[in-house]
Formats: sequence, C-alpha cells, structure tokens
Amino acid sequence: MRLSPFIRRSGSHPRIALAKRSCNMWIVLFLLFFFSFTQTVNAECLTRGTGDMGLVIERATGSVKILDTTAKTSLFRIEGLGDLSHASAVYSRDERYAYIFGRDGGLSKIDLLCGVLVKRVVQAGNSIGGAISQDGSLVAVSNYTPGGVKIFAADSLALVADLPAVTADGKSSKVVGLVDAPGQQFVYTLYDAGEIRIVDVSDPAKPEVSVFSDIGRLPYDALITPDGRFYIAGLFGEDGLALLDLWQPQGGVQRILDNYGRGKEKLPVYKMPHLEGWAIAGDYAFLPAVGQHEVLVVDTRSWKQVGRIAVHGQPVFVVAQPDGRQVWVNFAHPRNDTVQVIDTQSLQVTHSMQPGKGVLHMEFTPRGEHVWVAVRDLDQLQVYDTKSFQRIAQLEVEKPSGIFFTARAHRTGL
Amino acid sequence: MMIQLTPVSAALDAARQAELLYLLQHDCGSCHGMTRKGGLGPPLLPGNLRDRPVALMENAVLDGRPGTPMPPWRGLLTEQEARWLVEAMLRGEGL
Repeated sequence: MRLSPFIRRSGSHPRIALAKRSCNMWIVLFLLFFFSFTQTVNAECLTRGTGDMGLVIERATGSVKILDTTAKTSLFRIEGLGDLSHASAVYSRDERYAYIFGRDGGLSKIDLLCGVLVKRVVQAGNSIGGAISQDGSLVAVSNYTPGGVKIFAADSLALVADLPAVTADGKSSKVVGLVDAPGQQFVYTLYDAGEIRIVDVSDPAKPEVSVFSDIGRLPYDALITPDGRFYIAGLFGEDGLALLDLWQPQGGVQRILDNYGRGKEKLPVYKMPHLEGWAIAGDYAFLPAVGQHEVLVVDTRSWKQVGRIAVHGQPVFVVAQPDGRQVWVNFAHPRNDTVQVIDTQSLQVTHSMQPGKGVLHMEFTPRGEHVWVAVRDLDQLQVYDTKSFQRIAQLEVEKPSGIFFTARAHRTGL
Repeated sequence: MMIQLTPVSAALDAARQAELLYLLQHDCGSCHGMTRKGGLGPPLLPGNLRDRPVALMENAVLDGRPGTPMPPWRGLLTEQEARWLVEAMLRGEGL
C-alpha cells in the first residue's frame, strides 16, 4: 500500500498535538486521512526507481500485472490491452514505460510508476512481436495480417514508417523474428517468402531496407546474439539455420547447423520453440531441438554442434542465467509441467522441478539470484532461488504467460 | 460405410469437454490465437471453417498439415475428440 506525502509528514506535524485537545480536530484529521488515502489510490504515482520492477502478461484477460521483484509482489493491474494470447513487451530506456505487443495488432504503452495505460493503437489486424530501437526513440511492430513492419515514435506512438513485406512476386508475407540491432537498425524475417531484411532507421523519414533472399523455407523465428552481431533464423520447412553476420552483411546469409531441425522423422511439434531466449554461455550456445526431447550445444566460434543433452520433453525456452552458469528449460504440451536445469560445465541436467501444468515462461532477476516462472494452469507466478532451487515465493496471476523485467531495457534484442 | 448420426459430444463427459475447450483456447491458441483469429496458423472462426469438409478438418487435427507447422495430434486426441473440437470450432464455442 502506498502512502501519500501528506500522511508520511503528518506523524511529526505540530497539528497532531493540537488535535489531541479537540474531538472536532480528530474528525477533521480522520477526514483528511480518508480523502488523501482514496486520492492516492486513484491518482498518484509511485516515487521510486523501476530497476527492480517488471510485468507479467495475463494472456486470457487482456491485462498485465506490474511486479516488484524485491518485495515479490504485484503493484498494479492494467486492463484493456486486447488479445494478449501471444504477447511480448519491451521497455523504454528510462525503464518507466513498457510497450506491449498484442496478438490483435494492438500496441499499448503503459506507465509502470502510475500503473496506467498511457496510449494504445491498433496498428494491424494480427501481430506477433516488436522491438525498440537502439536509441529508444522508435518502436517497431511485426505483423502477420497484413504482413509487414510498422515503426512508431516511442513517445507519442505516432506512425513514422510503414514497411510492407511484399516480395517481387507481389505476395505479402507474415513477419517474424523482429529485433533491434546496433547502428539504429531493425532486423526481421519474412516467414512465407524466406527472406531476412535489415532496415536502417537512422533517418526515420527515409528507412533504408536491405533484402537477403532464399534463406530457406518457412523461417519461423529468429534471434540476435547478445552482442548484436549475429542474426539467426530457425527454419521450419527444412533443416539448418540461417545466419547473417551484421558486421559483414555483404557476406550474405550462411547456412549453419545443417542437421538442426526435425530431421528425417519429422516429429510433431506441439509448440514452436522460441529462439529469442537462446542461451549463450561462454563459447557455447544452447538451443531447443525441434520436435526432439533434446537441447543442442553449439560452439559459437565455429557454429558446429558439439553436444546434445537429453531432456524431459520438447524444449520451448532454453534460457541462460545472467552468469551463464546454468541453463533453464521449459517444455511443450503435454510435458509442460516441468522445468529442468542444465549445468553448462558438465552439460548435464542437474535439477528437475515440477512447478505445475502450463509452465510458459521464465525470467531472471537482473543478476540472476532468482528466476520467476509463469505457471498458466495454476494461475501462479513462482519464484525460485537459482542456487538452492527452493521455491521462495508465489503470486496469484490470472493465466500468466510472458514475464518481462525492466533490465531488458538495456539489452540488445530484448 | 457406417455413418454416425448421434452427436459425438454426447459420448464425451463434461470434464473431458472442458479439458478439450481449454486445449483449444490455450494450446491451439498459441498458433491460431486465443480468439481464433489466426496467427502463425490460419484463423479458426466459424466463418472461416463453415464451407470446409468436416472430415478434412478432423484429418488436419489428427494428422497435421504436412509442410506446415501444424502437428498431428493423434496419440494425444482420439478421433472422437478431434471431431468434438471441429464441432466446437464450428459452433464458435468459448469465443
């Protein structure tokens, strides 16, 4: 509960002493207290830093909860954000505002300190994700219907640029894997067309688009390495990954990990793995195998596979603790009740836990002492200690999915 | 060839129907949207499905759509359950 400045000061205010002599004064004080309290709840904003804050998407109710990761509690609930069934968020560089990308094409700007929706635009029929530019001035959204990328001013959400994803044959394509990159660029992938595009928005009025074609069939998601150098797209229609070195884009797209994918057996994939959380720890990258119950280990110097680790199910998110010491994995339906921990030195699964059915996402506190786990079917966020593996807290949240902490504001690609 | 005339939903108990509806909203919803307006996968609203053969849709649920990310759900769902899901989508259940 928040206290207004008036209440905090009143304890030492000389008026208190006078009030003791008068019954009427007590009533006045009570009324003052009552009105200042009710006003606080509706109108006042928090006065604090936001570095230990975050949000969680409530996917079924079109709402988010604002979180305090120190007190391990929720501070506000913000409603009216539309269809959040595959929603994600990025942060303004001052970590005060979050931009929520909804499935229904809604782009919502929320204020973490005041717990309010600042502005919402419905910018497309159906969208999948977004990114914020290196300098924080632009927010880009990738769309399924109509395909393409729209770029908005981060402060006003005014449309700045509209980049249709239309290929030479005139067909429109769904856009996936949109990320920010150094040099005031966004990089994205055309699912239907099999293209990677880079847009330089140094001059937002004249976005410069570079096109890389024939990267492979049905690229379904992509990631950028934490240093912002390599952009890697996963291919659903064939095995292998498409890699673009953003330091040398003129070198074109390379195919890496030719065996990465569903292989000859083409096992069913009940939930598409997410590449965004690709774990990079030391020289190794840990990535979800597609359809197999395995996490693959890749040497990032050669981009060759150096190991595979058997896990509980089909991995969805494979995420590294901020220190890279451990990698945490969640799984697709019907094995989505479990989280496993891989030790990045021994390459062994060292811990398994069962938070409950519908583990959808995991997010580390900025320095990694805790991990927050979204458990959809229990309507819970659970907080685990990453050293003792003990559950130390839980919060009630309606059908939680993505968890996003403000530390993302200062990381490329998140 | 036998034609089943009774609605199959009669044979699925209420608890299983609730589970299937939850699966439709949340798990199918990860690709098709929780409001079934589409995403990586196509929209599954009654208006999108009305003119399609029911058998084809059941087949898509059970055996997937080769060349797309749609997986076969056979093994996790029975034929009867797949039909219930298709009927539920056609009715717009849970929307």
